[in-house]
Amino acid sequence: MHDDKFELGGRAFKSRLIVGTGKYRDFDETRQAVEASGAEIVTVAVRRVNITDRKRENLLDYLDPQRFMILPNTAGCYTAEEAIRTSRLARETGVSDFVKLEVIGDQQTLFPDVPATIEAARVLVKEGFKVMPYITDDPVTCLRLAELGCVAVMPLAAPIGSGLGIRNPYNLRIILEQAKVPVVVDAGVGTASDAAQAMELGCDAVLMNTAIAGAREPIAMAHAMRMAVEAGRIAYLAGRIERKLYATASSPLSGLIE
Amino acid sequence: MKIILNGEPHSLDGPTPVARLIAELKLKPNRVAVEINQTVVPKADYEHAIINEGDHVEVVNFVGGG
Repeated sequence: MHDDKFELGGRAFKSRLIVGTGKYRDFDETRQAVEASGAEIVTVAVRRVNITDRKRENLLDYLDPQRFMILPNTAGCYTAEEAIRTSRLARETGVSDFVKLEVIGDQQTLFPDVPATIEAARVLVKEGFKVMPYITDDPVTCLRLAELGCVAVMPLAAPIGSGLGIRNPYNLRIILEQAKVPVVVDAGVGTASDAAQAMELGCDAVLMNTAIAGAREPIAMAHAMRMAVEAGRIAYLAGRIERKLYATASSPLSGLIE
Repeated sequence: MKIILNGEPHSLDGPTPVARLIAELKLKPNRVAVEINQTVVPKADYEHAIINEGDHVEVVNFVGGG
């Protein structure tokens, strides 16, 4: 279990927790939370540079791309075209050819637009991107995305930022059974037990942002998530006992005093 | 010369290489990416890619996100 590595697109990672960098008070808190989480992969968004305030600090001054794998996302994109443009821009910064592909289909639920995600993934894989799609927890869609060359599939546990936890563990189990690429639970985690549950099910990693950044004490929660992901992974590898309806005694049945 | 920079009108002296615009904006080239009229400009072309009158230019960087 010491050699347990998370392999993704030809790279190996010790940490199975991927963290977002949004919603923090400032870059210093972001950096501290990332440190406490032990994450080696961090997601970022692509946005216009603030032209009028040129002295503004850059996120990458706080998260060294030599040390962390920067995973740009296409958050906020509602069409395949927008997501493809955003991905191309992200790659041209020169820090990553990985992309967390998000094509949103609905503003209220932030559920993915499945056909548009597949369409964008196909183009981006052809262009050499290492595509990690945020997607509905639908086994067939996950299969299709893996078949067309995505380096991972990232089914949602619940709506982004909802903190509802894993709403359909049975779908996740099917996705995991069929998966030929790493499965990363992305979105919906609320607290440490949700992250542990994802790992106990056999997921390869968990991606979260709001569960840490939105906690009353984000740095403490980052630490809790780190331990939960590690505990869940080790429990998965250790192999849990079967569920039984009736008791089985832990103490010997013989040798009782009479 | 007028261009549209990140959705806002912006003035330049004349046709300008991307590298000069980035320098004028005091940005680090390795922290940004640039699009002219919806086509990404490769970093290697920053000296040669020219921004012309009326071009729509996007200059982006990474910000916090999930």
